[in-house]
Amino acid sequence: MRHTITVLVENEFGVLSRVAGLFSGRGFNIDSLSVAPTNDESISRMTIVTRGDEQILEQISKQLNKLIDVIKVIDFTGGEAIEREMALIKVTAEESSRAEVLRIADIFRGKIIDVTPKSYTIEVTGAPAKIEAILELLRPLGLKELVRTGPVAIGRGSKGWKG
Amino acid sequence: MKMTGARILLECLKQEGVDTVFGYPGGTVINLYDELFSFKDIRHILPRHEQAGVHAADGYARATGRVGVAIATSGPGATNTITGIATAYMDSIPLVVITGQVPTALIGNDAFQEVDIIGITRPCTKHNFLIKDVKEIATIIKKAFYIARTGRPGPVLVDLPKDVQIATTEFSYPDTIELRSYKPTVEGHPKQVEKAVSMLLSAKKPVIYVGGGVILGDAAGELQALAKMLNVPVTTTLMGLGAFPEDDPLALRLLGMHGTYFANMAVTNCDLLVAVGARFDDRVTGKIATFAPHAKIIHVDVDPTSIRKNVRVDLPIVGEVKDVLAKMLKVAEGQSANVSESRKNVEPWLAEISGWKEKHPITYKQTSSTIKPQFVIQKLRELSEPDAIIATDVGQHQMWTAQFFTFTKPRTLLSSGGLGTMGFGLPAAMGAQAAYPGRQVIAICGDGGFQMNMQELATLVQNRLPVKICILNNNFLGMVRQWQELFFEKRYSQTCMELPIDFIKLAEAFGAKGFQATKPDEVETTIKKAFETPGPVIMEFKIAREEKVLPMVPAGASLNEMVLNA
Ligand SMILES: Cc1ncc(C[n+]2csc(CCOP(=O)(O)OP(=O)(O)O)c2C)c(N)n1
Repeated sequence: MRHTITVLVENEFGVLSRVAGLFSGRGFNIDSLSVAPTNDESISRMTIVTRGDEQILEQISKQLNKLIDVIKVIDFTGGEAIEREMALIKVTAEESSRAEVLRIADIFRGKIIDVTPKSYTIEVTGAPAKIEAILELLRPLGLKELVRTGPVAIGRGSKGWKG
Repeated sequence: MKMTGARILLECLKQEGVDTVFGYPGGTVINLYDELFSFKDIRHILPRHEQAGVHAADGYARATGRVGVAIATSGPGATNTITGIATAYMDSIPLVVITGQVPTALIGNDAFQEVDIIGITRPCTKHNFLIKDVKEIATIIKKAFYIARTGRPGPVLVDLPKDVQIATTEFSYPDTIELRSYKPTVEGHPKQVEKAVSMLLSAKKPVIYVGGGVILGDAAGELQALAKMLNVPVTTTLMGLGAFPEDDPLALRLLGMHGTYFANMAVTNCDLLVAVGARFDDRVTGKIATFAPHAKIIHVDVDPTSIRKNVRVDLPIVGEVKDVLAKMLKVAEGQSANVSESRKNVEPWLAEISGWKEKHPITYKQTSSTIKPQFVIQKLRELSEPDAIIATDVGQHQMWTAQFFTFTKPRTLLSSGGLGTMGFGLPAAMGAQAAYPGRQVIAICGDGGFQMNMQELATLVQNRLPVKICILNNNFLGMVRQWQELFFEKRYSQTCMELPIDFIKLAEAFGAKGFQATKPDEVETTIKKAFETPGPVIMEFKIAREEKVLPMVPAGASLNEMVLNA
């Protein structure tokens, strides 16, 4: 099962490799991982998307908690979190398809952030499923390059860190 | 008063109550060693290899329950510590290992003797620190000791660049330390504890399965009281040996791959298994699917990650084993009627176990011509002091020691369980002897593992550490040879060590003494001579070359599929 986990860690050097090393050393999966400081300068927040059965997820969360620099681990399941991801998509856009690309970008409230005679680059944010959806429509038109951030997540309402 | 970082480090160690460190100098710790030259409150022991230094600190920690301390220089000194650190990590031994590092300005430049020891030790330490500022030394050392000894203990590495040792600042040592991200659960949940007791009281075939956690957590007293009060048989892992007296009628002794027939049968047939400070290692469980197949499982451990890692658990209790066992005792004490009822109810189970004990005791065939290693171990027990500390290396001799020595007190067996590190025995004994100069300390080694750290004979002699070294010499890497015999049709690939080393002369070359026994009737006199001779002594026993450790559960088989004699 896919899980989105938020890990709050001390903002110290080496923490990222401790967390990543834990996953690789124990054979756990990482689908995506993003990390940046929070409003509290001493704390960084990681969003990790991972997969596994219940027992693996329990181990992942316990092992993360065991790391000395980890302050809190929140495992969001079901609809408990709002997830957002950003993608930069460079897509072929020549005479025949320029209008179509623009229309798709518009529908997904994407922004065109770079234009050349042969391509458009679109910035789009949304839930991972939305990113998937726009990619599916753009792919037949010729995807040149794709950069995704991986999701960041925040709990709905009171669920989460200092809810 | 302003002090150098090097001096501050030593003051911190002193504040932590450290009396002995095992260290090896080099360019990046030369300032530290210069401070040490005039620092009289800490005894420094110079091993002949950094690996041995860490094992010695580890042996010191296992024997005393205090945090062991080792020092090494950067680069090769630091990398030499890895095996020692990983050994301690696997067995949850509290250590603080201090490594020198190149000056901060050079870090990352592939400077002379630079290595990213923080990166290298990340997976085999409980935590590690790089100190970048002299002002951080005191708090980081405080944290390092706190992390090493609390919760599930483990090794902590502190990397200290040369310029930080030279820099100066005011010294003050913090009294307490707060780590918002590190709060081990100490107390067992009272409701869970009550449930555990009622499960124990209603079980018909209970077994307590004890691991090293009971020894590390100083909970042997509580364990014994509980087992005896409820009449529950106790089996222990290698790391748990000594937590429960093996001469007690309730003792099932060692379980697992080389465990006793009766321990493995009891676990296979029990209806309740109470695991205390144990982690269901594969050497213990055999095939997981058939491990304790009829039992409900209660698991008590300070480390939540141990719980449900390998086996299903019906009742988890996270907390220090001492606290949980004490609470269980209290709850049971309040239910004396149920307790006496329960004691009666387990009688048939104890009788069944007695039957197994009679059917297949741990035994071996004595001969008159060659020395049986088991006989040597039994003689060692008989002739040694009751509180003697035994350190073993890794291999057949380790298992024979576990099977035949009969441990009755915690912290009297020092053995590398989790990592299985050859070369551990001699330096670990050295560390224990440094902690307890007046106690009898015996290192039991194979001829293979002894050769991995035999240079430490020099350290023993130089520091007047009278370790008695027992070498069970089969001229084989015996344990591997046993596997080759049983599972590879006696194709003894590279396990024969034919070179007839003269261990007696070797001892003498280092300034120690050595005695050899080649026949069974020489065993006793050799041990006596060794014990009577002051200083470090080697006693070498030429043992039956193809003797096997039995019983044995082949890797991956079920516990009741034991090879009893082959
Ligand atoms: C550092 C290390 N290398 C290799 C091994 C694999 N190993 C386990 S037992 C063993 C044989 C040990 O032989 P010896 O020390 O002579 O003891 P014996 O088994 O004969 O009692 C070996 C090679 C190990 N455990 N540790």
